[in-house]
Amino acid sequence: MSKVGEKKNNQKTGAFGEQITAEYLKQRGDEILDRNWRVREGEIDLVSLSSDGIFHFIEVKTRSSLAFGHPFEAINRDKAHRMQRLALAWLATHGCLGCEYAIDVVAILIAADGKHSLEYRGGIL
Amino acid sequence: MSLGQTTSIALHGLDGAVVTVEVDIADGLPMYSLLGLPDAALNESRDRVRAALINSNEVWPNKKVTVSLSPAWLPKSGSGFDLSIALAILIAHGALPQEPLESVVILGELALDGRIRSVRGVLPALIAAYKSGIKRALVSPENYAEASLMSQMEIITFPNLSQVLRFLRTGEITSAPQLELDTSVDDDLPDFSDVAGQARARFAAEVAASGGHHLLLIGPPGAGKTMIASRLPTILPALGLDQALEVTAVHSIAGSLGTRSPMSLVAPIVSPHHSASRVAMVGGGSHAIKPGACSLAHHGVLFIDEAPECAVGVLDSLRQPLESGTITIARSVGSLTFPAQFLLVLAANPCPCGKFTGKGRACICSSLAVRRYLGKLSGPLMDRIDMRVQVEPVSRTEMAQTELGESSADIRARVVAARATAEARFANESWKLNSQIPSRALRTTYKPERAAMNFLHDQLEKELLTARGLHKIIRLSWTLADLAGHKLPNLADVQRAHQLREGSEL
Repeated sequence: MSKVGEKKNNQKTGAFGEQITAEYLKQRGDEILDRNWRVREGEIDLVSLSSDGIFHFIEVKTRSSLAFGHPFEAINRDKAHRMQRLALAWLATHGCLGCEYAIDVVAILIAADGKHSLEYRGGIL
Repeated sequence: MSLGQTTSIALHGLDGAVVTVEVDIADGLPMYSLLGLPDAALNESRDRVRAALINSNEVWPNKKVTVSLSPAWLPKSGSGFDLSIALAILIAHGALPQEPLESVVILGELALDGRIRSVRGVLPALIAAYKSGIKRALVSPENYAEASLMSQMEIITFPNLSQVLRFLRTGEITSAPQLELDTSVDDDLPDFSDVAGQARARFAAEVAASGGHHLLLIGPPGAGKTMIASRLPTILPALGLDQALEVTAVHSIAGSLGTRSPMSLVAPIVSPHHSASRVAMVGGGSHAIKPGACSLAHHGVLFIDEAPECAVGVLDSLRQPLESGTITIARSVGSLTFPAQFLLVLAANPCPCGKFTGKGRACICSSLAVRRYLGKLSGPLMDRIDMRVQVEPVSRTEMAQTELGESSADIRARVVAARATAEARFANESWKLNSQIPSRALRTTYKPERAAMNFLHDQLEKELLTARGLHKIIRLSWTLADLAGHKLPNLADVQRAHQLREGSEL
């Protein structure tokens, strides 16, 4: 498979994972405020407002195998801090600076037969 | 349960402290933090433990893993905590019950495939564990023999992590741990019967072994100095159990048990090369303080060949252990005391070219060079050497003799008898060997016959002898008396001691 094809494939996997997460959030009663919000410093996969009035900034990691380790292992301290800066940037842009917020991560594993599992870990910072 | 607890030991020299390994697994991103002042090798345990768990088909918790080694202020080093950390993680993860590991001390390094590897210092660690009331221990198969020396404790061993886990979960032992101990004493030790001739040096060796008198052998190359010294352990009495434990503990810390069976009752002999540094001789090191040659020779023989070639100060660093029987090493990480009761045997050539014997015709050294050469053995050190013996080149008649010399076993029988006599005499004293009699006791309780004392006082008056030399000679004469079966050293014993001490031609 060519590199370009691989990249497309990965993007597809990522988008699929974000879709699953969005559905999970809606089911939980959250309101999805933003998707793939992008600034120069990076991107926030999902922004949602939960029923208790907290903004959730969500990073989705989707993997089709554990060959490269658990999805959560891809999130190191630097990445977590960048997410926090992005979250504050989002809040500033939308005039909600000072609101209560949380940085969450979601790991989605897609098995070969198309079944997937979702693991949600809230408040990582 | 997200908490797990196991027990291990941190060693500081020969002293051990019980360390509680606590593991907490909390929600959060995958992280591993190790608390409690670990050194580099211990910090790398994360990768070993993780690989070993995964390769033993266990689950590594992708959560926030906090490992705490308490007491937190005590610096810890080495890879011996691997197994205890791995088991504590599994308990915290809920994959193992906590109860079976209550009050079991765990010592072992993990290989990446889950095999359990040996660590240094198992015996002193178990002694410390036993003192604090722990009765069971889990060790690597290679350390099993050493650990079994603690016969009061129950020792369990498994070759790898998965068998440990199966045992802890089901109580099932898949492969019986090797239970036979290797108690055989090395039979291929050299024997004194190999030494041709050298009656004087053989006798000096016998006296040294009987009374614990330090010895200097001077002779040309090839005369047999090394042969005689390396056979000294074979005529020393077998180590007592307590002594053997002490010796094994020191060797275990130095990691030199590979060359010595942990069960061995043969007195150790350590012969450092003359290029040895001061640290190699007395012990030291910047991170973990290790015992040196003089501690490894504890209850045995420290043999230094070509002693005048030693760097300045190396031999003199032995003066403290010679005096006190222990060596205290102070470094920034703390100060440690190791035992160092050894029989010192120095060997030297008579001059730099080695040929200054007999009439000295073949010698090409200037008289200044000869004097300077032996002058490198400093006065204070020589003062502590009880016997200076010339080893002559083996003569033609001695070489032609087909009869073998006396065997080590025969000599040892006399040594053991002489030591028993001395021990019986010192039953109410705090010392056991003639070389350890304090000078005050020499002037009061342990005086030789009057004629012998007169001879010594004459020598003292003529300034042929110092007060310290006089005491040394009396101690030596007690050993000679014990070997000859005299109740008190007589004139002949004292004169012979004087001769041995002064060295005839020196």
